Amino acid sequence: MITKRIIPCLDVRDGRVVKGVNFEGLSDVSSPVELGRYYSENGADELVFYDITASSEGRSLFSDILRKVAEQIFIPLTVGGAINTVEDFDRVLKCGADKVSVNSGAIRDPSLIYNAAKKYGDQCVVLSADVKRVNGCFTVFAKGGRENTGLDAIEWIKRGVGSGAGEIVLNSIDTDGVKGGFDLEMLEAVCDAVSVPVIASGGAGSAKDFITLFKAIPRVDAGLAASIFHFGELTIRDLKTELRANGIPVRL
Amino acid sequence: MTVIVDYGVGNLFSLKSSLKYIGVDSIVSGDPETIANADRIILPGVGAFSDAREKLRVNGLDELVIGQAKNGKPLMGICLGMQMLFERSYEYGLTQGLGLIKGEVRSISDVVPKGYKIPHIGWNSLRKSEYGRKSEVFKYTSEGDYVYFVHSFAAMDCEDSLIAATDYGTLLTAAVAHDNVFGMQFHPEKSGEVGLRILKAFCEI
Repeated sequence: MITKRIIPCLDVRDGRVVKGVNFEGLSDVSSPVELGRYYSENGADELVFYDITASSEGRSLFSDILRKVAEQIFIPLTVGGAINTVEDFDRVLKCGADKVSVNSGAIRDPSLIYNAAKKYGDQCVVLSADVKRVNGCFTVFAKGGRENTGLDAIEWIKRGVGSGAGEIVLNSIDTDGVKGGFDLEMLEAVCDAVSVPVIASGGAGSAKDFITLFKAIPRVDAGLAASIFHFGELTIRDLKTELRANGIPVRL
Repeated sequence: MTVIVDYGVGNLFSLKSSLKYIGVDSIVSGDPETIANADRIILPGVGAFSDAREKLRVNGLDELVIGQAKNGKPLMGICLGMQMLFERSYEYGLTQGLGLIKGEVRSISDVVPKGYKIPHIGWNSLRKSEYGRKSEVFKYTSEGDYVYFVHSFAAMDCEDSLIAATDYGTLLTAAVAHDNVFGMQFHPEKSGEVGLRILKAFCEI
């Protein structure tokens, strides 16, 4: 039986892992290589690395670190952040990424998803969407949640899947960093709209939040979180033990 | 020396890193002589069948791999590389495979029950067949071990070579073996400890 995936997410800036609360107030956490290996050895089903560096100098540092991480982790690795062209896909895939996550780059150039999927396969293209309620409508935000694009989130995600996105990471800005649980209403709406795997992100504060997520919406394939894992509040093993005790299939 | 066949598809970096991690000397190469001189061959692959099949034809690599396998050299196909071991595939029309293992590759949408997502992505457990319990490549693998899958097509009509299946609403072919030829639908190089043990067992054959 296929298992629910637990995915720690590492935001990397200038070679270090950082974590924002509601995308602001970043604080340095640890070395991405050490943290990546730790998660890989301790039950993570996948790793996500987001490159949030602004400079090209930082970007080549990121490539170096990515290569080091990829050399010693043997679980799937997704890379996102500043992916604007098919050449950017090429760059991170050559460093050892298995999947590439697009966000603002796809909003600027929607053909990016189609072109990348054609070249590397649908399984390689992950559409990450930062979504927030605006006047009661699920709306897509760009640039790390700072810019309202005015795009309807459900339409945008359907269009991305139609162009070849093989997975969706749905990050609710409304619940991100609050640690009050995942955005079930938003996730349900996305699961109703598409048939590719959906990864829930934003709001995990305890093991209970993951149990609620998978019980309430069995169509959600994975849960992604950052600070709850990075700060040692919850180990992935303890989380998976609790999930299994609650009848949710996990790899232990 | 183990050669990872480089014919322009797939992520060979992780495969090479995982072999290095388990202490196996390997080389990534598309050079016919290097492949002919290797002790064993790994045929990777990601993407579409017909495109990969066409690329493998360059420099006669397909005929070379077939010849080497028929001479008894251990060969392991991974993911699309595994699917290419079969007689034919129906991905984007009919394409002939290498014909090293009996069976064909078809869309899993024909067999997977409604409500199951396609592609089949994620960690799923191995159910060894009776034949698989004796397979050398699984000597370090336990029943129910989890491995990582990403695929929309799968090998079918290959009961004779099946060494493991996986349950995705229906049983899908996870691994096959025929003499010195092995095929893994999942990615051993992305399947943590379990995957590394499968690669290790293959490299000991």
